[in-house]
Amino acid sequence: MPAISFQSVSKIFPPPQGSGQPPLRAVDDVSFDIEEGEFFGLLGPNGAGKTTLISILAGLARATHGRVRVHGFDVQDDFAQARRHLGIVPQELVFDPFFSVRELLRFQSGYFGIFNNDDWIDELLSSLDLTDKAADNTRKLSGGMKRRLLVAQALVHKPPVIVLDEPTAGVDVELRQTLWQFVKGLNQQGHTVVLTTHYLEEAEALCQRLAMLRNGRVIALDRTSALLAKATAHALRFKTDSALPPALAAKARVTGRIVELPAQDSAEIERLLRVLREAGVRVEDVEVRKADLEDVFIDLMHDRGAWALPPASAVQEAA
Amino acid sequence: MNHPAVTPADAATTPAQARAAPRLQAMPARHDGWKMLLYKEVLRFWRVALQTVVAPMLTSVLYLLIFGSVLEGHIEVYPGIGYIAFLVPGLVMMGVLQNAFANSASSMVQSKIMGNLVFTLLTPLSALHWFIAYVGASLLRGMLVGIGIYLVTLFYAPPVFRAWPWALVFLLLGAVLMSVLGLLAGLWADKFDQMAVFQNFIVMPMTFLAGVFYSIDSLPDIWRTVSQFNPFFYMIDGFRYGLFGVSDVSPWLSLGVAGTSVVLVSLLTLHLLKTGYRLRY
Repeated sequence: MPAISFQSVSKIFPPPQGSGQPPLRAVDDVSFDIEEGEFFGLLGPNGAGKTTLISILAGLARATHGRVRVHGFDVQDDFAQARRHLGIVPQELVFDPFFSVRELLRFQSGYFGIFNNDDWIDELLSSLDLTDKAADNTRKLSGGMKRRLLVAQALVHKPPVIVLDEPTAGVDVELRQTLWQFVKGLNQQGHTVVLTTHYLEEAEALCQRLAMLRNGRVIALDRTSALLAKATAHALRFKTDSALPPALAAKARVTGRIVELPAQDSAEIERLLRVLREAGVRVEDVEVRKADLEDVFIDLMHDRGAWALPPASAVQEAA
Repeated sequence: MNHPAVTPADAATTPAQARAAPRLQAMPARHDGWKMLLYKEVLRFWRVALQTVVAPMLTSVLYLLIFGSVLEGHIEVYPGIGYIAFLVPGLVMMGVLQNAFANSASSMVQSKIMGNLVFTLLTPLSALHWFIAYVGASLLRGMLVGIGIYLVTLFYAPPVFRAWPWALVFLLLGAVLMSVLGLLAGLWADKFDQMAVFQNFIVMPMTFLAGVFYSIDSLPDIWRTVSQFNPFFYMIDGFRYGLFGVSDVSPWLSLGVAGTSVVLVSLLTLHLLKTGYRLRY
């Protein structure tokens, strides 16, 4: 049985009255499963539908069509059982200013009918480096501490499935590493982990499998290694102030003065450099690097052919 | 705490490791999580009891001192009952009604605005659980304020309980009705000014025009008729009957109106909680 199963899930928001706009399909016919024990990444640009999909999973939003199950329990019809299996770390840094860290964890545990849970709460506080703050009011916590408290709250009822919605957005490097070590440990203990992040190097390092969303649809779904293998092997990177020849401009990724061009092998790199030389393009700081998940991501998001993958449907079948 | 950086080399579990990892199960299903929500809601107002319990008592005493001192001896609403004594049940019920409403309404709106309602939304608590917890805590605050006001008024008027079961019934019905109405308002309002509209333009006028300071028999015909459509009037009048054994209308009529109001508003609120009105989108 999959840990999470999305079946033809859509979420359609009606347009504002009188706007004349079409309805917004925030999530559009999404279907895939996440297996028990997987570390799964959900990627996509802002507005791709990641948070809406997670909200449907968490019961914060209702799907317009389709079904979502957690360990076989429907998130609407059997919401209580589904939520017992699920721990959600929300994206927003929310807290309750009336109470202390320990009180909030006791409350959260109690809402699940788990009382006298202090041993586990102490373990969570210790693992997340919050023991010293246990008696402090949540107002006194720094942003990073609040983020760790959210993680503790999501885990207080020992759910087998943990969903982290952009947990490292706006946190410093050390905390990010701390969080990932902790989450990685949970995965190794058998927890299924679902992660959304904008940091693609994290997704590449942590996730066994990835789904990429664009405009509410899954446009790629495969093992991380398979996605990387399908990408072009290398990228030629350089800086220039000159205009590129039209043939290269079409497949180049340009950020200010920095240009990146996909290249399969060394022969193609040589050919690219020759074309640039013949076109009179002056280049500086030339380097060749291996293609990474960001290359795959950006090209999928922009429908560029150079690093293109097979259509999502074919990828899903392959998975 | 220091941890080494995460790199692809030491990435998450491999598929083989994932298969080998122990299969985790959720904790056994229990259905008494509402007790913790109720406890949290009680703690929420108790932590600021000076503001939520003591301050309303002080306000009522001021009403008693000002109106009672000025009008005592000049007005006799019911034969043999002084104006201060007449005022007591009205002030007690006004305290109960306003504070029961304020508790559930402000808790819900604050949680929505702060965003921390998500902690409760992610739990297995059902609509009925939410209802019991929010209404239970508000009922308790309303009763505490009401009892507190009554105890203070004992310095100004001797205790009278001609038909105490009626007094208790109306006290409870009033507190429940307003707790539920507060929850309803909290669900509807997304901003503090929306809540202020509900409180200042509906609750406050209906409370003041419910016969706290007067008998509706002393009103002109038109206003007497209008008052008869105000469910708050029946709760205050019924409570007054419990104390003095005298009232403007039959306590059975008041019981019918108050009881029907509680049932209707509760059913509506439970339905809204179940459908996730303004909570889940």
